[in-house]
Parts: sequence; C-alpha cells; structure tokens
Amino acid sequence: MIEIEAIRHRVEAITILHELSLTLCEGRIGIIGANGSGKSTFARLLNGLILPSAGRVRVHGQDTRAAGDSVRALVGFVFQNPDHQIVYPIVEEDVGFGLRNAGLRGDALSCAVTDALERFGLTEKRNQPAHLLSGGEKQLLALAGILALDPRVVVLDEPTALLDLRNRRKISRILTDLPQQVVLVTHDLDMLDGFDRVLVFDSGRIVADDTPSRAIAHYISLMEA
Amino acid sequence: MLGIYRHGTSLLHSARPGVKLAGLALMAIALFMPASPAGIVAVSLGAAFTTVAGYGIARIPARLAIAQIRPTLWILGMILIFHVIMGDALIGALIVARFILLIALAALVTLTTRVSDMIATIEAGLKPLRRFVDPGRIAMCIVLTIRFVPVLANEAHALQEAQAARGGKRAGPGAFIRLAVPLILRGLRLSETVAEAIHARGFGRNGSHRDRDQT
Repeated sequence: MIEIEAIRHRVEAITILHELSLTLCEGRIGIIGANGSGKSTFARLLNGLILPSAGRVRVHGQDTRAAGDSVRALVGFVFQNPDHQIVYPIVEEDVGFGLRNAGLRGDALSCAVTDALERFGLTEKRNQPAHLLSGGEKQLLALAGILALDPRVVVLDEPTALLDLRNRRKISRILTDLPQQVVLVTHDLDMLDGFDRVLVFDSGRIVADDTPSRAIAHYISLMEA
Repeated sequence: MLGIYRHGTSLLHSARPGVKLAGLALMAIALFMPASPAGIVAVSLGAAFTTVAGYGIARIPARLAIAQIRPTLWILGMILIFHVIMGDALIGALIVARFILLIALAALVTLTTRVSDMIATIEAGLKPLRRFVDPGRIAMCIVLTIRFVPVLANEAHALQEAQAARGGKRAGPGAFIRLAVPLILRGLRLSETVAEAIHARGFGRNGSHRDRDQT
C-alpha cells in the first residue's frame, strides 16, 4: 500500500505537482496524462527517486524521506529507455547488479540470476553484450533486473514507449501475471485493460481517478478539448 | 564494442582476474624497461609470442584481435610520423610496436574477464585505501565507462544521421563541433538518468556510496 499525504512538488519556481493526497492499494494502477502533466514526477516520488517539496509518501509504512533505501528495496522502478537502466555490459552481470546491491553473493546470486533469466526468456542471451540485444530484449532485461529483487511494488514509467506491437504485448502479458502491485505510467491505453484504477494527470493535478474506461474517456475528452 | 567480454571456457577465461591484471602490469614494465634497441626488439618478440599464444588459447578470432588495435592506429600513426620527422624512425617504430602489443594484451584481459569479476578484483585491491577513496564508487565509474561507450556511440551516430538528413556535412571541423556540442548535452542528460537508475536499483544500499548527488 502506498500512502500519499498532502504532497506538493516544485522545481525552482515551477509547480510540477499541486497538493494531492491519496492511497494506492489496488493491484493494478494506471497513470495517464499529457506530456508534462506530472506523471513521471509522481512515479518517481513513489520510490524516493524524488522527494516531495512538501508532504510525505509512505510505502508499506516506510517514509521515502526517512527510509529511502528501505523504500527502494520495496519498490522496483522501470524506466522508459532500458539503455539508461542497464548498467553492466553483459546480460547476466546486469541482472546480478541489483542482487549484489541487496547483498547476495556466490551460489545464491548465481541461482537468482539464472531464475530471472529463465523467467524472462533470456537464458540463451546470458553471456551476450547487452548493447547487442533488440529493444524488446533490453526492456525484458531491465524488467528482469528489477523483478529479480522481488519488490512488493513495481513502478513503470512508459516501459513500452520505444517498443513495437509484439514487444508491447509481451510486456503487457508479463505485467498482467505479476503478483506485485503495479503502478504503470503509460500513453498506451490498451495496456490498461483489466486495471483496477486509473489516475488522469493534467497540469500537475489528478483530474480523474476512476475505472479504466471512465478515466480513459475523461483523458480523451481532455485531449480533444 | 571493443574489448568487451567474450564468453569462453579457456584457461585464460577461467584464470583469476588479479593474476591476469598482474601479468599485464608485468608485461607493461618488461616492454618499456629495456633502453637499447636490441633489448626492446628481444622483449617485443617475446611479448608478440605471448600475445599470439594468448589469443590462440582464448580462441579469439584474428579479426576481433585486430579490431582492438584499429581505433588507436591514428594516434600511433601520429607518434610514428613525429619520430620520422625528428629523424628517429627506428625508435618511433619500436615505440609504436610496443604500444600495439600492450593494447592487444590489455584487450585480451578484458575480452576474457567479466566486468563484474574485474570490478570485484579492483574493489578488493582498493580496500586498503578505503580511508581515502570509496572502492565501490571507483568500481561503478569503471563499469559505467565501459557500459556507456556503445550507448554514446549510438547517440553520436543518430546525431550524425539527423544532421546529414537536414543537409549537414559529415566531415570537417564544423561537423565535429556540430556533433560534439549536442553529444555532450545528451551525455549530461544521460548521466542524470543513469544516476537515477543505479540509485533505483539499490546502488549504495550497503553503504558503498553516500548519496545519489555524488554519484
């Protein structure tokens, strides 16, 4: 569960997010809105990558300001461009990066890496340079690196923006099957099928907080206005 | 990417990174220790034999071995030309030959060693200096440098294409500046995102660095 209490966020004189309070406890939560509406900033607040200018965010009771490391262990974050998230040059080394940071070593590390690679169909690529993977494979690798840590919440910031239809569907299927709470920032409205709740952002405010069909209708009316 | 680990099961692949790094350091000292041309030639022949044997043992194809040296040829060529102009063609040739051997040997180490193993060795080697430097941070700098060479190369290629598509020239000093400025800006933006990403993936969770702003 994520509790957001009276947060506001400003960068210099610009207000990125106006005051908002809400609790996210559903399994699948979508976030949509125009470019620059504050979606990505909101997503970054959820695992403490950004701290709010005012108010607080708590994930399973842990405050992002006071317990940033604990929050980041609970919340995995997947970026739009996997190239920015893949740290090690070889596939299996990159999957192991987060696990090593979590303190795993030796056989435990090796087993966890093997499991994650198998789960995402990357076993045959384990010794390949990451930069030679296709865009879809890179995003799978980024996901594998995050999910290997078994976080309780996964926040994804437009993970399919650079992918073709086949890979979008693949990522969508993976997200559907995840046992974790998922918070998905996206422009791909099809991915919100089956979601429990969708928030619509506009100019730093949540202007709709509803079921996917109603929230999407609201978003479309905003875009067409 | 040049020098990136190439999976294999050879003796060199399974050798400890520390042993390979120490061997490389010894070869570097041996190559540049002799002062007389005869001594240099003798050591260079020995190093050449070691290099060829090393690539053979590691089963690394010749084209890949040559690819390790190719990017440095222009600077080595400049060194040689400088010496020829100064009337020291033999000395220039010997210097260039030793650099080629050293680069090939260094590439052999990186081609047969996983970055994570190399980093673990460097971190362990830096532990006695923990009071003065953060081994985890230095290791991360090395990893990111290796990892983001191909990413920045792709960015440069995309910029070149974008400029060419709009009538820009691909060669000449003007083209270099037109490429360098946006590439530096993209690199700076990339560094911010990467800092966020490694932070999000738990770098420093066990105290290997102090805060994200310093990453």
